[in-house]
Amino acid sequence: MKTTFLEFEQPIAELEQRIEELRYVQDDSAVDISEEIQRLAKRSQTLTKDIYGKLTPWQVAQVARHPQRPYTLDYVQALFTNFEELHGDRAFADDQSIVGGLARFNGEACVVIGHQKGRDTKEKIGRNFGMPKPEGYRKALRVMKLGEKFALPVFTFVDTPGAYPGVDAEERGQSEAIGRNLFEMARLRTPILVSIIGEGGSGGALAIAVGDVVLMLQYATYSVISPEGCASILWRSADMAPEAADALGITANRLKTLGLIDKIVPEPLGGAHRDPQAAAQSLKKALAEALKQLQAKKPKELVDERLERLMGHGKFKEAAG
Amino acid sequence: MSWLQKLLPPKIQRSAGGGRKTVPEGLWTKCPACDVVLYATDLEKNLNVCPKCGHHQRVGARARLEALLDADGRFEIGAEVLPVDTLKFKDSRRYTERLAEAHEQTGETDALVVMQGSIRAIGVVCAAFEFDFLGGSMGSVVGERFVRGVRVAIEQKLPFVTVGASGGARMQEGLLSLAQMAKTTAALTDLAERRLPFVSVLSDPTMGGVSASFAMIGDIVIAEPKALIGFAGPRVIEQTMRQKLPEGFQRAEFLLEKGAIDMIVDRRQLRDKLATLLALLQGMPAEAAS
Repeated sequence: MKTTFLEFEQPIAELEQRIEELRYVQDDSAVDISEEIQRLAKRSQTLTKDIYGKLTPWQVAQVARHPQRPYTLDYVQALFTNFEELHGDRAFADDQSIVGGLARFNGEACVVIGHQKGRDTKEKIGRNFGMPKPEGYRKALRVMKLGEKFALPVFTFVDTPGAYPGVDAEERGQSEAIGRNLFEMARLRTPILVSIIGEGGSGGALAIAVGDVVLMLQYATYSVISPEGCASILWRSADMAPEAADALGITANRLKTLGLIDKIVPEPLGGAHRDPQAAAQSLKKALAEALKQLQAKKPKELVDERLERLMGHGKFKEAAG
Repeated sequence: MSWLQKLLPPKIQRSAGGGRKTVPEGLWTKCPACDVVLYATDLEKNLNVCPKCGHHQRVGARARLEALLDADGRFEIGAEVLPVDTLKFKDSRRYTERLAEAHEQTGETDALVVMQGSIRAIGVVCAAFEFDFLGGSMGSVVGERFVRGVRVAIEQKLPFVTVGASGGARMQEGLLSLAQMAKTTAALTDLAERRLPFVSVLSDPTMGGVSASFAMIGDIVIAEPKALIGFAGPRVIEQTMRQKLPEGFQRAEFLLEKGAIDMIVDRRQLRDKLATLLALLQGMPAEAAS
């Protein structure tokens, strides 16, 4: 598949285009230009390294939303075996913007849940662009409870622009569904391993992101509001999104400093979509390590530590007295 | 001096120069729902509910606690917790400036006031949002005061009551504010483990990160008449759906119809209703709430 390049990657795109052209003429060319191609390929890599070495938060947000970025089901396929998808919230519908089911991780049974975006237009609509409605969160909770009941660890994968802001979602209790998940996840008596793989969009992300360990891919974002949303409220113009992205602190580095995530999982050069297999292996390694530590703990210990972590979040000062 | 000014008698000239303040401000106020002109003190005595049409105007956190709690034996919890600008957040203005201005306007140091006290002699810890402080938004201080309130409730074996009035998360604290959703809700699980009641009162407006965390998962959820309650704001939904929203959408009455809340209670009956419910939930005799 041909790589789609983002706006700030245009210099790389141009180089790659030239390499492509040269490769094409090489076949019926009398002179050997393979050396030239190699030179350009090397330059393209150096350029990518340069550009990716100093991405702005807004550029990171573009990578996190890259149309070719691996989604939950791509990771499920790469990281797990025996995936058996389970459908529906048993009350209203099967929300396709969240997938969940049973699987095996390194041979051991587990539960997997994640937001799912679509690739082509039809799938995008079917998956509602990865924006769940209450039934999606209720399905997720049902599957998590299944994990608790059968003492299976829960893996969640976060990648959503946010919970769906629509009339039907409101009618069926979007707020309650998210709040209920936060409540139940706080004391779920089985390990919860959270991976932020793309867009961590506000409450809609958090509703499956309360856990014992929160991993975040290098170019994923996690934010209380989208940069565009924040810009249009505080700057009164969505054009100020790059400034908002900067101010909000949405990147893995900043969030690690704030103690809100535990580990940054490195991505291949140019982002996970450049080499999905490498990205998956990188994530798998981090998850395996985290799981090993969590499995050594008894459920009570796990829950106590989880609650302590959650209670520790926040920055404030205390007046003397 | 123009010819017109020369013609005018000196008295009129003076008054045109500004600075005329014959009527003290805020003595009279108009009900935004029925346009009736009300004496401000009367409105205040009526808990900011229009005596003519019953429209519930917003009420500040302290006035709310004043109206709900018995006069004696109140203690504030968590007032020592104060905001900091961790992200050095700056949009058109600095977060620190916004905080200072909100403090000046409301007299509060953040958007949540928590008190231990009693409602008709039934002990409670009550947390009320101050909407006028940055839209009642939930940042680190709100979360921490909330949790400290819950801790006191657990230590004293008391029920916990919240009164929501919030636009949601506080953007200026970035993901730290999102974390408060998980933090406050996790604290409630401690109450639940000990079978201590949590009653959530939703006033106008209770939206976003506050409604999508602790506010909708009370053992009992009460709303004030016509209060706007929801996850996404009406404007955001209109933009997404590209259609006008139906009249009354996301109002308390709509939520009652959809099964999202237990009841709608007029503010003037709220204190009695809370006493009755808290007595029932705790298996107290009926006299306890009288």
